[in-house]
Amino acid sequence: MTVRTLPVGEHGLLIELDSGAAAEALHAELLRRAAERRLPAVREIVPAARTVFLDGLADPGRLAAELPRWRIPPLDRGDSEIVEVPVRYDGPDLDEVARRWGVTPEEAVRIHSGAEFRVAFCGFAPGFGYLTGLPERFHVPRHATPRTRVPIGSVALAGGYTGVYPRSSPGGWQLIGTTDAVLWNTAREPAALLTPGTRVHFIPVSDNTAPEGAAP
Amino acid sequence: MTDSAFVVVRPGALTTVQDLGRVGHAHLGVGRSGALDQPAHRLANRLVGNAEGAATLETTLTGCAVRPLRPATVAVTGAPCPVTVGGRPVAWGSAVRVPSGALLEAGAAAHGVRSYVAFDGGVEAEPVLGSRATDVLSGLGPAPLADGAVLRLGRPRGPVPDVDGVPHRGVAPELVLPVVLGPRDDWFTPAGLRTLTTGDFRVSAASNRIGLRTEGPSLERARDGELASEGMALGALQVPPDGRPVLFLADHPTTGGYPVVGVVPERYLAAAAQAVPGTPVRFTPLVRASWGPPARRTVPDGG
Repeated sequence: MTVRTLPVGEHGLLIELDSGAAAEALHAELLRRAAERRLPAVREIVPAARTVFLDGLADPGRLAAELPRWRIPPLDRGDSEIVEVPVRYDGPDLDEVARRWGVTPEEAVRIHSGAEFRVAFCGFAPGFGYLTGLPERFHVPRHATPRTRVPIGSVALAGGYTGVYPRSSPGGWQLIGTTDAVLWNTAREPAALLTPGTRVHFIPVSDNTAPEGAAP
Repeated sequence: MTDSAFVVVRPGALTTVQDLGRVGHAHLGVGRSGALDQPAHRLANRLVGNAEGAATLETTLTGCAVRPLRPATVAVTGAPCPVTVGGRPVAWGSAVRVPSGALLEAGAAAHGVRSYVAFDGGVEAEPVLGSRATDVLSGLGPAPLADGAVLRLGRPRGPVPDVDGVPHRGVAPELVLPVVLGPRDDWFTPAGLRTLTTGDFRVSAASNRIGLRTEGPSLERARDGELASEGMALGALQVPPDGRPVLFLADHPTTGGYPVVGVVPERYLAAAAQAVPGTPVRFTPLVRASWGPPARRTVPDGG
């Protein structure tokens, strides 16, 4: 695994990995070390597509120098809880996504709901997770012109990511469905349903309550 | 309606509730937020005997007017402005008594952009993730002040310190922002980096709590395309495709895909928060972090 350490101001460190999976593995290791108090005090640990950003370090250079000696186990995909998100696959872009995949809309639903996703990182809005898990042949582009309003709970695709809009907002992702799951609730700890590292299954439903084919 | 409250009589261009912000939630997509001019916010609180983390009002250019429904001790700091109680001038930068029902007005900023109005006991709003700050990007925290809105006040915690008042720290004719280069300075040509440190930039009128936008020369890129999204620091100088740096302030997005050419340390951001549109901006290089140039290293795979 190759890591590149980049300074971010006086107290930040950006660690760049050569793949998204490596970034997720490093993020998991950082959280383990933080939980075991084997990480210097840090204000934020922000995973992203191929990086982990640490902010508020007293001495980022020291951690940068130490990092090459770390043993970072590969990501154990079975190590985190699974969140099941019920989805009505009724999005306005489902047909277009299916066409791009070269399958019927029904098959597209089976592909999407059959995949295991993992929250790689959050961004864009509070509680908006970028979920990986679709093979590369199923990656789709964003809309050239974003919609001015995407409804809350929209399940959407862009690039290799799946995301769920935690609130209504503008957005350029391909909308394939809708969920009533509460993505963001500040009265809950954590406020986000989909936190980095969480595994996610999308369960097809015809209404809000009855999962189809969700038997264990 | 509780008596320990105030009524908004004139909200001004944008007046928000602010405190020291939310720390530790960036991985959920929640930025820091909080007062843009933190020293002014802390000072206002100290003048009225509050803890520095109590919530104040942050105004934008045109001030605001409120009517406390209980006797209050208030102080206005940050951008200097005329302050009146019941129409009569009182001191800026000083603790002043406002009788119950009297109109407190912070007028338009004489210099700078943002004034801070502290009340003894602080502004009470429901904390969200440990902070009462309004984040204009994410929508967290109380809504910006609106005509007729009623906001609660906290209980004063003790005597108001005996201070005559504080001087305004003065207005610099230009905004000088020291920059630590990186993490993505290698996305720019040597000429582009020279443009950053020698170019004549100005504060754009499109600036807000999310970022201070600049007008001026365009930084030449060494490579095209976008980065994969990565974590963004407070004070990051992000360079969008038009080449003009945007300085990320308190309500900045937590991740972004445009390269960050450098980062302005937090202690310089209060000055940025007070720079009116048109102010000349000069970026000066700070020596890169003492641990030297970025290194590519190989880590043994574990497992």
